[in-house]
Amino acid sequence: MTTAHDDIIKESSMLKQKQMIARNYDGLTSTAQTGKKVAATYVPGNLNELIMCFDMLNNLPEINAIQNGMRKKSGALIQDAEKMGHSEDVCTYVKADIGNMAKGSIAPNGKPMPVPDLLLLSYTGCFTFMKWFELLRDQYGCRTTMLHVPYEGDGKITKNMRDYVVKQLKEEVIPTLEDVSGVKFDIDRLRENLRNSAKAEDDFVWILNSAKNKPSPIDAYFGGVYYVGPIFTAFRGTQDAIDYYKILRGEIEQRIKEGKGPITPEGDMGKEKYRLVVEGPPNWTSFREFWKMFYDEGAVVVSSTYTKVGGVYDYDNFRHDPDRPLESIAEYCLGCYTNRNLPMRVDMIEQAMEEFQADGFLVNSIKSCNSFSAGQLMIMREIENRTGKPAAFIETDLVDPRYFSPANVKNRLESYFQMIDQKRQGGNPSQAA
Amino acid sequence: MKNTTEIIEYCQHLAEDTEFKSAREWKAADPARKVVGYMPVYVPRELIHAAGMLPLGILGGGDNLEVIHGDAYYQSYICRIPRSTIELAVTKRLDFVDGMLFPSICDVIRNLSGMWKLLLPHVYVRYFDVPQNFMSDVGGTYYAQELRELKEGLEGIVGREISDDDIRRSIAVYNENRRLVNAVYDLRARTPWKAPSWEVYVLMRAGMVLPVEDHSQLMIDYMGAVEHEDRPMKDNCRVILQGSFCEQPPLNLIKSIELAGCYIVDDDYMLVTRWLLEDVPSEGDPIENLAESFIKHSCETAAKYEPDGAKKGKYLVDLTKSRAAEGVIFAAPSFCDPALLDRPMLAGALSREDIPYISFKYAENSGQMQPIREQAGTFADTIKLWSDA
Repeated sequence: MTTAHDDIIKESSMLKQKQMIARNYDGLTSTAQTGKKVAATYVPGNLNELIMCFDMLNNLPEINAIQNGMRKKSGALIQDAEKMGHSEDVCTYVKADIGNMAKGSIAPNGKPMPVPDLLLLSYTGCFTFMKWFELLRDQYGCRTTMLHVPYEGDGKITKNMRDYVVKQLKEEVIPTLEDVSGVKFDIDRLRENLRNSAKAEDDFVWILNSAKNKPSPIDAYFGGVYYVGPIFTAFRGTQDAIDYYKILRGEIEQRIKEGKGPITPEGDMGKEKYRLVVEGPPNWTSFREFWKMFYDEGAVVVSSTYTKVGGVYDYDNFRHDPDRPLESIAEYCLGCYTNRNLPMRVDMIEQAMEEFQADGFLVNSIKSCNSFSAGQLMIMREIENRTGKPAAFIETDLVDPRYFSPANVKNRLESYFQMIDQKRQGGNPSQAA
Repeated sequence: MKNTTEIIEYCQHLAEDTEFKSAREWKAADPARKVVGYMPVYVPRELIHAAGMLPLGILGGGDNLEVIHGDAYYQSYICRIPRSTIELAVTKRLDFVDGMLFPSICDVIRNLSGMWKLLLPHVYVRYFDVPQNFMSDVGGTYYAQELRELKEGLEGIVGREISDDDIRRSIAVYNENRRLVNAVYDLRARTPWKAPSWEVYVLMRAGMVLPVEDHSQLMIDYMGAVEHEDRPMKDNCRVILQGSFCEQPPLNLIKSIELAGCYIVDDDYMLVTRWLLEDVPSEGDPIENLAESFIKHSCETAAKYEPDGAKKGKYLVDLTKSRAAEGVIFAAPSFCDPALLDRPMLAGALSREDIPYISFKYAENSGQMQPIREQAGTFADTIKLWSDA
């Protein structure tokens, strides 16, 4: 089913997700009435299956920052945080979040967010997370528990890493969740949640792989950020997530049958001209404008690294495993994209370039995010060398509108598409840049 | 006996040498010798030393190195130390280094470890992760195993086993070195006019490139020389300098702060020399001892998680009081996530104790010192004019 609403084309899966998100925000903003406890945590290394075992709700500061970014509110919030003494050099998610706190932490439904009962710091793949939660703790004064996830510096998960994470879960995280919630941990409940996760993950991977079709029925970056929504946030492990991915899969199967490309905010995309792999998060403050620069040119993103930041399910076929509950949670956390070393990231991108038959590789370098950005120029060079495909580089930011320069980005993209054309015709791409 | 000028000239020469001649000479003296580089903020140098290798501190290129290639590897909004470190590698200034350790300090240095693997595949590279859980049976167990894996990696470079006795001996050598570093810091805090900060700084920088035994002797020589020299006391205020634990400030910046009327009576430069706050026991299992020392007796800095919110910033307040400092200067490198994210919390802790502070940013190649001199001078004047003391 497809409906038009506010000039944006919406499919059933989109409406389903919208309901899920609205319900989640309503749950978060009504804890004073329901008595539910709230754990604030992050997307990468998100322990939703575990949190649900304690009847707690999951609040994600990055998602709140994104919501404020897409609603054009983050710019003022960031400037407020800078006036409060936060450096202009640091992550804008952090500053948007802190600015929002100063304004009463208003949720997208217009109601104030509750003070979290627990800051569950899942320190996975991003140094800033650690400081961010210290900053939040400084403001909220609430309880904090930390899950430190070691970095895959040698490109592998060692027994020591896994044991360390499992031990923290057993000795630190679970006892704290029990204490805060008053609910005793039930491992069978966790197994059930993980079983649900794995079902959704199967369909999610099918959806990502659907972009191997020509034309690709999905955009794995701009559309991808919606597709990762349930599995990256407060819904992994729920029946809602299973249902969402079933509906989405059905829609995509239909698009493949009909030979259609991705659906965009303006309806079906026109002829697919360029297939790209994209590295890095998107810009959120001008998200639709940014996307339009691609689909207007017939460019579709067939694979993106951003859709792996909250968990990698396709590259090495990871699934949450109810038979190894804590171990598989540990492996999930350890395997998140930015927790993998640079050579692994290059290998993953190279494989995607080949498997998805991409014409080129694009880096959207984010000023705020050193975890992604430091080393991207080298990644770009490696991919160009290994695949022979042209690569390009644009710079934007997550939620700071001051760092999104539409004319510059558009110019670069247009030049880049010309480069791809020239490369196809056997020319030297460097002459077209 | 050498005087301070001779000692400090030697140290400054070492600090500014981006060709690492002294380390190269050390290695060339014996074909079996190996060198292992490390970046800030902490690695257990005892293990490198126990293997008979030279631990070599790589702290970027400073203000003497022209970065040409390094800028092609990094966007403009990333700090300078990784680009100058890449420059050192690409220009073969580090071609004698047999292994590189990249400590867990921030995402930039973390990702640099992977870049090093791609750039120099023949070199042993390890991202040296440390626990952020400080329970002995959780973080301590993890860390001890990481140390064992590091030891195995180092054994691979040197081609022999590193025995427990080797490590115990090195622990004793580094205990002695830390005692001397602390003694120099105490001497400066007591009589900052006798041991100016820029001198103490280059003295500690020498410890990044010299064998530890030579560095210990150098500190003994320096303290002896200082005692025999008469230097005039100035009417400066006493400040703690914070935030410079990774990318180092240019020497002129330290001199400028002093010229502006501030005695730096403590700092967080080169924390590797003072990371462990107590002697590591040299009896028993040396790996377990190093691990337990890290867990229980390591210094506070922005690269570490503070599990207890009530204690956040307490170390800085305590340090200010114990050093009888009158204020704090936050001097952080531009785009330094750890230092800049931590600063509001530290500043809050200082404010609650009515301790004055100022903040500025620098890069290792900053050239214009006038604004810093003015800012530090105004800070010093304010303290002198308006403080209770």
